[in-house]
Amino acid sequence: MPHVRLDEVTKVFRPRSRRDSPVTAVDRVSLDIERGEVFAVIGYSGAGKSTLVRLINGLEPVTSGVVEIDGVPISALPARALRRQQQGIGMIFQRFHLLRSRTVAKNVAYPLEVVGTPRAEREARVAELLEFVGLAQKAAAYPEQLSGGQQQRVGIARALAAKPSLLLADEATSALDPETTAEVLDLLGRVNRELGVTVVVITHEMEVVAQVADRVAVMDAGRVVEHGSTYEVFTAPQTPTAQRFVRTVVRALPEGEELAALRAAHEGRFFTISFSDAGASEARVFGALARAGVDFNLVHGGVDDIRGRVYGLLTIAVRGPEEAVAAALAQVGPGVQITETGR
Amino acid sequence: MSELLEIAPELAVQTGIMLQIVGLGMLIGGAGGLVVGTGLYVTRHGGILAQPVLFWLLNLVVNTFRPIPFIIFMAAIQPLARLVVGTGIGNPAAIFAISLAATFGIARIVEQNLVSVDPGVIEAARAMGAGPWRIIRTVVLPEALGPLVLGYTFAVIAVVDMSAVAGLLGGTGLGNYAITYGYRQFDDLITWSALVVIVVIVQLVQLLGNVLARRVLRR
Ligand SMILES: Nc1ncnc2c1ncn2[C@@H]1O[C@H](COP(=O)(O)OP(=O)(O)OP(=O)(O)O)[C@@H](O)[C@H]1O
Ligand SMILES: [Mg+2]
Repeated sequence: MPHVRLDEVTKVFRPRSRRDSPVTAVDRVSLDIERGEVFAVIGYSGAGKSTLVRLINGLEPVTSGVVEIDGVPISALPARALRRQQQGIGMIFQRFHLLRSRTVAKNVAYPLEVVGTPRAEREARVAELLEFVGLAQKAAAYPEQLSGGQQQRVGIARALAAKPSLLLADEATSALDPETTAEVLDLLGRVNRELGVTVVVITHEMEVVAQVADRVAVMDAGRVVEHGSTYEVFTAPQTPTAQRFVRTVVRALPEGEELAALRAAHEGRFFTISFSDAGASEARVFGALARAGVDFNLVHGGVDDIRGRVYGLLTIAVRGPEEAVAAALAQVGPGVQITETGR
Repeated sequence: MSELLEIAPELAVQTGIMLQIVGLGMLIGGAGGLVVGTGLYVTRHGGILAQPVLFWLLNLVVNTFRPIPFIIFMAAIQPLARLVVGTGIGNPAAIFAISLAATFGIARIVEQNLVSVDPGVIEAARAMGAGPWRIIRTVVLPEALGPLVLGYTFAVIAVVDMSAVAGLLGGTGLGNYAITYGYRQFDDLITWSALVVIVVIVQLVQLLGNVLARRVLRR
């Protein structure tokens, strides 16, 4: 049984006034999120990502369709039962949403108060959580005395307090600088690996997906237009939306004017080389060309690390006799696709 | 100087009465305002217990009674005072009128301060499975505490102002003392002494409110 199952989930917001039209924020979305995975949802602003997570933890009622958590139809529960389910789902936010009237320790204790944990047990659990997120010495501080990254770590500690099996992160790193983002993503990775918590990450940044997600769904105008393993989506995006996101991190092949400019700057035939892990690397390609005495240079592209797997997409300009080039390319070996770039 | 010593005992008695009227008015009106203001806040559109009809009703009542000048309100409310506290005159009637007027005034102050609480933290509490009452108690009110303290300080001063006209219903207190024995009998010493005492009390209340608010807001 998947941890989270969405079946034809739709959310329509009724218009505020008669002149406006209703907004379909989430449109017939079906997804399975497996226990213990890190699942990312990526999309542009207004795609419906936040609405989707809010449907998953029942903060917003669905218009139609079913949301199941561990087989429990969360979208059909009465208020009290829903609240009990929500106590088993953690959530963190872009702007942290910590209580300013409470210290760090009391913020982390809040969900434990909600579930009625006795005081002594609560204090022990809070200490343990602050240790886990590396903020033990900040227990008595107030949120405004912390940096953004520290506040988000408090948010994570708070979200984990009641031992949820599912953690929802809505743009959890969007208000943070790149270095702090990396720290927080690291922490989410630890939450997933060390505590076995299923993590759903909402983002509009492909770097975030590349760093933490096992699988990713791409949303556009309320629909999930594409989903698959992060590696698949990165190396072979199917839809224009996914391609645009992938291009923000993986440099795509040069086209049009860019290609013309490259051709003007470099002599020789252009080849596109793409390879993924399984032993292939740019060194093997370059080595084979060098051994054959073929003159070449790299004109475009690069090698990326996607969830620890290598993905390279390079364009090279090659000069030399046609047979020598062909022979050299033939020696490169398996796992590497080489095609001549069209004019 | 000897004249001042002569009026001092009465000044003290009347100050005590005023403090009693203001204290009771604030206690009852403050509690009433908290309930009605919180009611307005939770029942409004998009509120945690959204109830359009109830909101409309509360809003109508507050909007109707709040703008009435207190001196007229007090006179008009006399029959109701007779019904509730058993008498239409004297300090009990004045306290009743003040409590009611303060309820409406404070309700708006409370509502405005609660509205300014970041909806994000309420969303966070909801996400943790907290129910509406718990959210009001442990999130909304504590998060708004600083501005609430300042709002209540402001209300104390307004209630001191109201208490000055208690004499209209045959009530007593510092205001009545200043008007009846000072102003009407051309005794400037009484008028000015009462005024100084009121100013000092108001200053002290304001100071206390500021200190408390700074404590709560930690700045
Ligand atoms: N409570 C609401 N009432 C009416 N419309 C809403 C509401 N919440 C969201 N919407 C609309 O639903 C659509 C999707 O919004 P949503 O917040 O889910 O997008 P998002 O992908 O999270 O965007 P962002 O990246 O900007 O956070 C938008 O058109 C938005 O205006
Ligand atoms: Mg959003």
